[in-house]
Amino acid sequence: MNKMSRSQMAWLVAQDMWDGAVVNLGIGLPTACANFVPEGREIMFHSENGLIGVGPAPEAGDEDPDLINAGKQMVTLVTGGAYFSHNDAFVMIRGGHIDLSVMGAFEVSQAGDLANWTVNAPGVPPGVGGAMDLAVGAKEIWVLMEHTTRDGKPRILKECHFPLTGKGCVTRVYTDIAILMISEQGVEVTAMVEGCDLEKLQAVTEVPLTVHRECKVLSPPDTI
Amino acid sequence: MINKQVESIAAALEGIQDGSTVLSSGFGAAGEPVELLNGLLEQGARDLIIVSNNAGTGDVGLAGLIRERRVRKIICSYPRSADPHCFDECYRAGDIEVELLPQGTLSERIRAGAAGISAFYVQVGAGTELSKGKETREFDGKLHVMERAIHGDLALVRALRADRWGNLIYRKSARNFNPVMAMAADRTVVQTNEICPLGRLDPEAIHTPGIFVNRVVCIGPNQEVEQ
Repeated sequence: MNKMSRSQMAWLVAQDMWDGAVVNLGIGLPTACANFVPEGREIMFHSENGLIGVGPAPEAGDEDPDLINAGKQMVTLVTGGAYFSHNDAFVMIRGGHIDLSVMGAFEVSQAGDLANWTVNAPGVPPGVGGAMDLAVGAKEIWVLMEHTTRDGKPRILKECHFPLTGKGCVTRVYTDIAILMISEQGVEVTAMVEGCDLEKLQAVTEVPLTVHRECKVLSPPDTI
Repeated sequence: MINKQVESIAAALEGIQDGSTVLSSGFGAAGEPVELLNGLLEQGARDLIIVSNNAGTGDVGLAGLIRERRVRKIICSYPRSADPHCFDECYRAGDIEVELLPQGTLSERIRAGAAGISAFYVQVGAGTELSKGKETREFDGKLHVMERAIHGDLALVRALRADRWGNLIYRKSARNFNPVMAMAADRTVVQTNEICPLGRLDPEAIHTPGIFVNRVVCIGPNQEVEQ
């Protein structure tokens, strides 16, 4: 079974973003989704530090330290973009104006609980940023994460072990081997990488899985 | 005549007391009032409670105040921003108290402080570790947390342009916490790159009306910002 690269995972999420969506991308891997939006789709990327219409990284020489994203990377603003205050940024989030939030996670539960802000490591000060606000306010939350921990333990669990960011908020999980939908009916697999099957996937997933009748084989481009 | 411009950072920060609650804007280095924070280090106030999204970047500004143990407590959402070594060292030594808040709750608590609202209820954080000990209440079948207003003795703000009435315009995403913090303190001190004659700033485009501002100091054009 071929696990996908992190770029391929980000590509996969980008293919499912719809034309006209207002999307907030989390720090780290989710930020890379913006690089793979299919042509012809106009998506407004929102960043909680006060801009909408976040564009790609600037060309060398055009960097502006006053123009950054939530990960504090320098970015550009697309034509039509706008700046606003932090309060307005979170009015947009809590007020239900963000269509989709894509976040990384440590763990997701079968009820859609999200754990992505702290692993309670001793001596390391935790940070939460805007994750809890997004968990409550975004209309939809997709998680982008490796299917298992580095030592092969499941991260899709009956109950999260780490402290929660939000309860019952995650509706989809994109991993390096599958796409899973979370609903009141349970966790359903809608796509898997080549060479993966329900048995193999179930072995690395703590919660019972069902397979969608039109379950797809994932085939992201090799060259990204 | 109303003239809020003062000649020096020292004059802008004169009389700041030990134990003050200081709202310090910025998101990472963008919008951080570095020169005013450096001025506060020189001014000498200690035992400060800092309200800021992050806990300092590199060695200057807020990072310097933390390094020199001037900050007793920080109220923030994400202390470890880019290059947080001053904060990390202080935290490991047990020399700083941290109150962690969801980022939107942080900015809304400051807005409440600005707007004369003592407390509000919000779903964010309900049922998580960050709401431990806070009063909760159900609205529409959903659990909410009561959050209290934050008001500062001092707000430190960074603007691009200002006039002598204290009207302000910010630059790009350096705006971030500046507008809300400017409204939420007994004394709001602004560092600006440029002072304009009264009337030069377009009234349709002023981000912070001067009513919220007490003192303005011009620091000239930005130096190269370190990354």
